[in-house]
Amino acid sequence: MAAGVAAWLPFARAAAIGWMPVANCPMPLAPADKSKRQDELIVLNVSGRRFQTWRTTLERYPDTLLGSTEKEFFFNEDTKEYFFDRDPEVFRCVLNFYRTGKLHYPRYECISAYDDELAFYGILPEIIGDCCYEEYKDRKRENAERLMDDNDSENNQESMPSLSFRQTMWRAFENPHTSTLALVFYYVTGFFIAVSVITNVVETVPCGTVPGSKELPCGERYSVAFFCLDTACVMIFTVEYLLRLFAAPSRYRFIRSVMSIIDVVAIMPYYIGLVMTNNEDVSGAFVTLRVFRVFRIFKFSRHSQGLRILGYTLKSCASELGFLLFSLTMAIIIFATVMFYAEKGSSASKFTSIPASFWYTIVTMTTLGYGDMVPKTIAGKIFGSICSLSGVLVIALPVPVIVSNFSRIYHQNQRADKRRAQKKARLARIRVAKTGSSNAYLHSKRNGLLTEALELMGTPEEEHMGKTTSLIESQHHHLLHCLEKTTNHEFIDEQMFEQNCMESSMQNYPSTRSPSLSSHPGLTTTCCSRRSKKTTHLPNSNLPATRLRSMQELSTIHIQGSEQPSLTTSRSSLNLKADDGLRPNCKTSQITTAIISIPTPPALTPEGESRPAPASPGPNTNIPSIASNVVKVSAL
Amino acid sequence: MDSVEDELEMATVRHRPEALELLEAQSKFTKKELQILYRGFKNECPSGVVNEETFKEIYSQFFPQGDSTTYAHFLFNAFDTDHNGAVSFEDFIKGLSILLRGTVQEKLNWAFNLYDINKDGYITKEEMLDIMKAIYDMMGKCTYPVLKEDAPRQHVETFFQKMDKNKDGVVTIDEFIESCQKDENIMRSMQLFENVI
Repeated sequence: MAAGVAAWLPFARAAAIGWMPVANCPMPLAPADKSKRQDELIVLNVSGRRFQTWRTTLERYPDTLLGSTEKEFFFNEDTKEYFFDRDPEVFRCVLNFYRTGKLHYPRYECISAYDDELAFYGILPEIIGDCCYEEYKDRKRENAERLMDDNDSENNQESMPSLSFRQTMWRAFENPHTSTLALVFYYVTGFFIAVSVITNVVETVPCGTVPGSKELPCGERYSVAFFCLDTACVMIFTVEYLLRLFAAPSRYRFIRSVMSIIDVVAIMPYYIGLVMTNNEDVSGAFVTLRVFRVFRIFKFSRHSQGLRILGYTLKSCASELGFLLFSLTMAIIIFATVMFYAEKGSSASKFTSIPASFWYTIVTMTTLGYGDMVPKTIAGKIFGSICSLSGVLVIALPVPVIVSNFSRIYHQNQRADKRRAQKKARLARIRVAKTGSSNAYLHSKRNGLLTEALELMGTPEEEHMGKTTSLIESQHHHLLHCLEKTTNHEFIDEQMFEQNCMESSMQNYPSTRSPSLSSHPGLTTTCCSRRSKKTTHLPNSNLPATRLRSMQELSTIHIQGSEQPSLTTSRSSLNLKADDGLRPNCKTSQITTAIISIPTPPALTPEGESRPAPASPGPNTNIPSIASNVVKVSAL
Repeated sequence: MDSVEDELEMATVRHRPEALELLEAQSKFTKKELQILYRGFKNECPSGVVNEETFKEIYSQFFPQGDSTTYAHFLFNAFDTDHNGAVSFEDFIKGLSILLRGTVQEKLNWAFNLYDINKDGYITKEEMLDIMKAIYDMMGKCTYPVLKEDAPRQHVETFFQKMDKNKDGVVTIDEFIESCQKDENIMRSMQLFENVI
């Protein structure tokens, strides 16, 4: 029974008095009203705006937050009201749902905010009333597409590590902006498509006369040149097709795709022409085949996004196009029949049969009006004018639908491109927020240590010590502190980390023979070991982890990139130039990991003058080569 | 596009907790504390249940420098006592009640349950190593002193030396509780979070 009707129950029961005199049997006992509770007003305080309603109103829908005991979690004993820290605007719609039984979706509201609120109150969005359902569904679909888009581009970017050669090729084909080689390939194929199409066109142009024969088209006059051009183009297209076939992740699907069919159709006539002999009978068929060469122009759709959108629009408007075709056919048949019978009487009429009248009807309905067939009788003229008027109407109807579809898809694409451009800024903002919170902890730690140090030293206090942190912050910091104590390591920021790495390398460097580990208890052997999972695997890394441990005397600044891992420099030059060379590289925000390990230089005295490694030209040039060889790996 | 059934299915994953009074009786929290806890819970998970992804996301916001997903996974399994892939408010309260208001015995029991990944009653070195690696992952990379590759393993060795009384390579619940009760630091730190709410 609907909620509102329940209010009329007392009336219906009172009206039952009318049955009593007529009844033969005694009436059953009325159910006792156990909870003789007065209906009470509930106050709902949503972010300061107070709503009031009857308790029974809310209890109409017992499987929602407000209708069940769940709202007791939000009851405020002091003010005797239910407090919700949520959006009061959307709450209006939610409360109206309880009152009227219909859930409305306000147009000005953001769809995800609205969905969140509905989820909070435990209301299923499916019960949105018909009046607002369409709008809600449209907005939801758009939002879902946007999320899918984001996920797609995220996945595309994340699949960077470890692509096989085949996969890189496929990516290069599909997305020419990934590498210069792909871009070059893209432009080359585009150029050759254009050349091929122009060749086909120019072939048929009459090219001036050779003395002693009639006017020839260019194709036959310079047949050798055109043949060479055609061969070159087909060569390129064949190579491209074979490469795409090789690189495709699913060859079967690739073969069935539209673009590959176009490719095949574009190059087939040439090969068939090669194979077939110059027989008179088949040359007619051969000439027909050359028509298919014009399909090469469709290969441009890989190069032009607008073309692809057009094709996609036509595909998605298939039903509108089908309707257009069907209604046109109906009208053509009707009018052709009418015109035929109307013009039957007149002499020398061109309307010889109904199919012959089809041509007239089509030309008239599309308002072309060539004038090769015109009605001569009065009836014919009348029906002819009706035909042209109705033609305008029938064609003008489905076209706006197609246009609006095209416009929607086009704008969607534009929005996707804009979002991709803004994505970088968004990611940067997220990164900044993350580092901000970790920096806050380190800052407070420093302040804490500073206060301790100052207390110990007894110096006058600084101003910045007294910066108070909120309770939540201090609790969070305590949590991080507990983690530090558990693992017996401390959090430090990136700069100090790089410093430590380099200090450990420089300190351990000259004392390669001695067990330097014992003398540097604080510094460990594996500096900057790779911990975060997302770092890409360095392909040239020729020092696996096990070997790192075997080189225990060394710090581990492994300089990447050269064939011989024997880059060495003297300690003095490290001291001199390390600051310039390595520091700038390390300090860029990109570096968060640098797997570095130095192989043992056989004889390095503390003076550091010897340079035992082969193929290291000189001290001054070593530093730049070190600098250029440090691999920057972003851990994000 | 999702089918209508899919959407309905997703939409009906909504969970309402037991009544406030019932929860108050079942746990060691007062009504006010339950209210505060529920509001926070519901804010992050309006549908009433936490799935593992959301749990990992929430937990990672507290440890921005490292990678807390593995440890969050173990934590999630420890809270999700009925192993249905989702932590409801009741599960949440049950766990918190033990952690914040339980006896030391109960807390140690809970910790043992967390470490015992396959819940077979024994903590093996491999399980402990996984847990340890997860904890060290949360530190991230920029630490002082610099994290070694074998730091977790060494830590596990120390742990087993302390806990494994009969040197059989596994730690049972009794060994665990007994060893912890002997260690003053551990006993003291168990009381640390009494007044978190």
